[in-house]
Amino acid sequence: MVNIKIDNIALQVAEGTTILDAAKQAGITIPTLCYFKELNEIGACRVCVVEIKGVNRLAAACNTAAEEGMEIFTNSPRVREARKVNVELILSQHDCHCPTCVRSGNCKLQSVANDLNIIGFAYENAPEKNVCPGDFPLVREASKCIKCMRCVQVCDKVQALHIWEVKGTGGRTTIGVKDGKKLADTDCSLCGQCITHCPVGALRVRDDTDKVYAALADESKLTVLQIAPAVRTAWAESLGLSKEEATEKRMAAAAKALGFDYVFDTDFAADLTIMEEGSEFLHRLQNGGTLPLMTSCCPGWVRFLKGQYPEFTDNLSTAKSPQGMFGAVVKSYFAEKIGADPHDIFCVSIMPCTAKKHEVAIPNLNDACGDPDVDVSLTTREFARMLRADHIDVKALPECDFDSPLGTATGAGVIFGATGGVMEAALRSAYFLVTGKNPDADAFRDVRGLDGWKEMTYDVGNTPVRVAVASGLANTRRLMEALKKGEVEYDFIEIMACPSGCAGGGGQPICDGEEKGGERGKILYDLDKSYALRFSHENPEVQALYRDYMEKPLSHKAHELLHTDHYGWNMPE
Amino acid sequence: MSRFTIPTPARAQGVIDAQLADLGRRLQSNPTGLCPVDLTRAFIDVCHSQSCGKCTPCRIGLAQLQTLLTQVLDGEATESTLALLEKTARVIAATADCAIGYEGANMLLRALDACRDDFAAHLQGNCTAQFAAPVPCLSHCPAHVDIPGYIALVRAGRYADAVRLIRKDNPFPSACALICEHPCETHCRRRLLDDAVNIRGLKRMAVDCAGDVPVPASAEATGKTVAVIGGGPSGLSAAYYLALMGHAVTVFEKRKQLGGMLRYGIPSYRLPRETLDAEIASILSAGITAKTGVDVGADVTFADLKRDYDAVYISIGAHTDNKLGIEGEGGSGVISAVEMLRGIGDGELPDFSGKNVVIIGGGNVAMDCTRSSMRLGAKTVTCVYRRRKEDMTALPEEVEGAIAEGCEVLELAAPEKIELDENGNAVALWVQPQMISDIKRGRPAPIKADADHVRLPADIIVVAIGQAIESEHFAENGLDTKWGRILADMNTVIKGRDGVFSGGDCVTGPATAIRAIAAGKAAAGRIDTYLGYHHEIAVDVDIPNPLVEPQPPCGRINLPERPAAERRFDFKLMEYPMTLQQAAQESARCLRCDHFGFGAFKGGREISW
Repeated sequence: MVNIKIDNIALQVAEGTTILDAAKQAGITIPTLCYFKELNEIGACRVCVVEIKGVNRLAAACNTAAEEGMEIFTNSPRVREARKVNVELILSQHDCHCPTCVRSGNCKLQSVANDLNIIGFAYENAPEKNVCPGDFPLVREASKCIKCMRCVQVCDKVQALHIWEVKGTGGRTTIGVKDGKKLADTDCSLCGQCITHCPVGALRVRDDTDKVYAALADESKLTVLQIAPAVRTAWAESLGLSKEEATEKRMAAAAKALGFDYVFDTDFAADLTIMEEGSEFLHRLQNGGTLPLMTSCCPGWVRFLKGQYPEFTDNLSTAKSPQGMFGAVVKSYFAEKIGADPHDIFCVSIMPCTAKKHEVAIPNLNDACGDPDVDVSLTTREFARMLRADHIDVKALPECDFDSPLGTATGAGVIFGATGGVMEAALRSAYFLVTGKNPDADAFRDVRGLDGWKEMTYDVGNTPVRVAVASGLANTRRLMEALKKGEVEYDFIEIMACPSGCAGGGGQPICDGEEKGGERGKILYDLDKSYALRFSHENPEVQALYRDYMEKPLSHKAHELLHTDHYGWNMPE
Repeated sequence: MSRFTIPTPARAQGVIDAQLADLGRRLQSNPTGLCPVDLTRAFIDVCHSQSCGKCTPCRIGLAQLQTLLTQVLDGEATESTLALLEKTARVIAATADCAIGYEGANMLLRALDACRDDFAAHLQGNCTAQFAAPVPCLSHCPAHVDIPGYIALVRAGRYADAVRLIRKDNPFPSACALICEHPCETHCRRRLLDDAVNIRGLKRMAVDCAGDVPVPASAEATGKTVAVIGGGPSGLSAAYYLALMGHAVTVFEKRKQLGGMLRYGIPSYRLPRETLDAEIASILSAGITAKTGVDVGADVTFADLKRDYDAVYISIGAHTDNKLGIEGEGGSGVISAVEMLRGIGDGELPDFSGKNVVIIGGGNVAMDCTRSSMRLGAKTVTCVYRRRKEDMTALPEEVEGAIAEGCEVLELAAPEKIELDENGNAVALWVQPQMISDIKRGRPAPIKADADHVRLPADIIVVAIGQAIESEHFAENGLDTKWGRILADMNTVIKGRDGVFSGGDCVTGPATAIRAIAAGKAAAGRIDTYLGYHHEIAVDVDIPNPLVEPQPPCGRINLPERPAAERRFDFKLMEYPMTLQQAAQESARCLRCDHFGFGAFKGGREISW
């Protein structure tokens, strides 16, 4: 322990504690900008500077350890001046058209500058020029980049893809794409973690809301919306609703208020995925198919595999993702059921994900009628922005159910949005399919949790099934390397590109400096517990679909509509 | 009105002069990897600010170069911009009235010529530059030793940990503490304040105070075998890391003892034999088999080793001499530096008492011979060099040390012939006086001066004009060589020769111990991969956090030497270590680039390799 004083408050902190954390213990907030705990502690922005008695230069609180006897001042005249000047310098190279920025109101630079009472420009405003085209799902606006390096760090350390790198030196130092490529020509997984870790609006997803508005305005179109499991954990974070107010049913009501003709639940398709993928797993297990089977519901992971480990493409489940299955079912079974021309159906998804925008554009995901199975994929953030744009008083909306016949889900479908959820849901139903009876719904709860790489062996009808669950692509890379070297052997692997799974997805609301995936995932597990049905095979609408249309899992029809050929498209060379 | 006033510098001018000196040091320790276009723009800015403004090309032309360079940097330029840039610079170089203008333009022309790719990349909006030396000392150490780490450990008094940390990248901490040429110090960021940290001196503090530090345990035996040909710094470094990785290593050494040039090139007054022997013993304690007195090519063939071992590393060094090619060179009393130092290395000290000794050459080996000759009792010792003293490639302190010990340095003298007596014994060296002249390939070249030959009486003439490589046996076995050098890449890989690697002096030509060590380290990593493994070399030492403290400018502690009048008579170590007090101050001068600056973000520490 070391004894220190911060703003004349004496306290004891553990050795090695940063001044920033020590101040927090003393109840003192030091403003930060580039800092992101455990990810980016590099003292780049120099906003968190403090004065230490007896030391001439100011020190960055984020990566300076408190030492015995230090007397620290967080608001001395020198600190006030330095903090403000450094923010003014950053602003001089920042595109300050804040009202038209996607991060307005949720921008770290904006709030820091505002807190510091910065009025007007101290220096000439000359931002870097934008060079990134806006047609790729991931967009970078160089004019807003403050060179905090978080994107580089998250892509290096958490996702191990190294797409972003520091480019150039001196005053022209900026963030570039590796090997001088265009972003669209890289093997970027489109996980979107760089976006959710960007403190400003320099990184964002392509906004597709206009396409949706156009469909809503087109009277010939029947608009069908599906909402992914993880969206319900975070959709109202930016709308000022409490956790109790932000229910699934209120989310359905809000979506209806936007004017969609049908509001369905992707959870339904998650249950359907379990039926197909679970059956596929058992089929491969019993018939000597390619194992380990790898889940295919996360498009970030599928991009990663196809870019980095293409030799494992056969291991991917041929099952489409829930989003994809949903689109195919809407434009076939559902169209038939309501007597609509599938070409007139405009299918929109709300996803916690940026890579889903890539997935909907995969050319061979068009099995229902030749049109794309899903027309537009929006992120949770875009959904919230649409609600705000329409001035919908979400809090006051009465709750309502999802529409039928694609609106019923089980707890197994809901937990798809958390790491381990797909595996757990699959095991629940696989156990039933093998043994003919349900296991305890929580029998496989050990696959839950935020560990980046989990492994378990379960007895499924006297067959030991070795499973692994990973989230985050650096963890995934470790797993894949171990698998390649034969250091590990599994039968079934679930991978989610985003740490903690979709709940922490790149399309989710941004809470600067916080990793909210774990907290949001817990909401999903609470929902699972609260559901009457917790097994995908018990979903009555899924049962009806098989009875009336698909016949059975892995049937010819199911193959046609619910499975895909992963060789049907390629990553950039 | 007085006709002449004694100039007294104004305070402002004094400050500017000091700033210029600071800038000079700053530029000398320039970080590597910076954008050459941006640097050139900055240089042209300086040149322009130096203009008196009289002439058009300099006053306006340099300004236009700045503008055009800015367009290039902003990604707004095209090929025609580059053409205009070049044309303008060409005209300034040809027409500016004085060097302020034409030399400024020449800087741009040279940059355009040498960095064409970088200029071209900017036309596409790309800058290929990447800050390459986040921790300058670490980046400039060929073996990438964690220098800020061990300096912090020395400061904390954790000497054994410092040695363990050094050994992660360099198994020769004691030898390097005494003889390393310390390229780490050249770009030390402390030079921006005052002067480089005395890194080698602090390393000596670590090894002197650490006591016996056992080497780490080896990984589980792999059953793979590696033959290392040549037991010098490169071969032993490779052997050490390969042994730690669990491979069975056998070192084949032609000479009686291990150590290579550390023993047969460096005299014991710089590297005491007991220090070297202890270092080699610690390296061997990793579990290495060493066979000395085995000449690969005579006693055993390369083909045998290739057949009997899973991989072979060739690190035979550069142990043969270059000839002068002048009359009388075959005479008795004319010896090569390699020959002389080899004898001394095996403890066979020749007696030079009463003799006039002349050494030919200007490198560190020439200085070793010069200073050894004095210690062997010579009556006079003269080092003869073609260029000027300041052009010598030997470290300046070596030259100064030799002079202090009573040796003579005769500069600008080219050996012409060796005069022999009727019995074929050398009696004198005739030299042709030289004059320094045009700079060629970056170095001032000497030309013949209009002066008569000079006769230097000499009983012993030591030729120290570089070493060559005895690579014939390997060339005969199909390895490609050029000027005797074995052709291997930066990773010690020999193209088209699976399982055969080479590095050190036999690849680079005569270089430094630390470069040879780095090659051994690279070879170990490469061979491990080749054998199908990925063993990590790491060390479990936590590095103290930097302290928050003022850093006022402070002089560098240099290591003192024993008085010249005393040390010139013996081969005992001539350099004193730092005191504890000095080491405390010197280690605190380290600016901890591993933590501050780019090092906090990337490249601050290589935890393992």
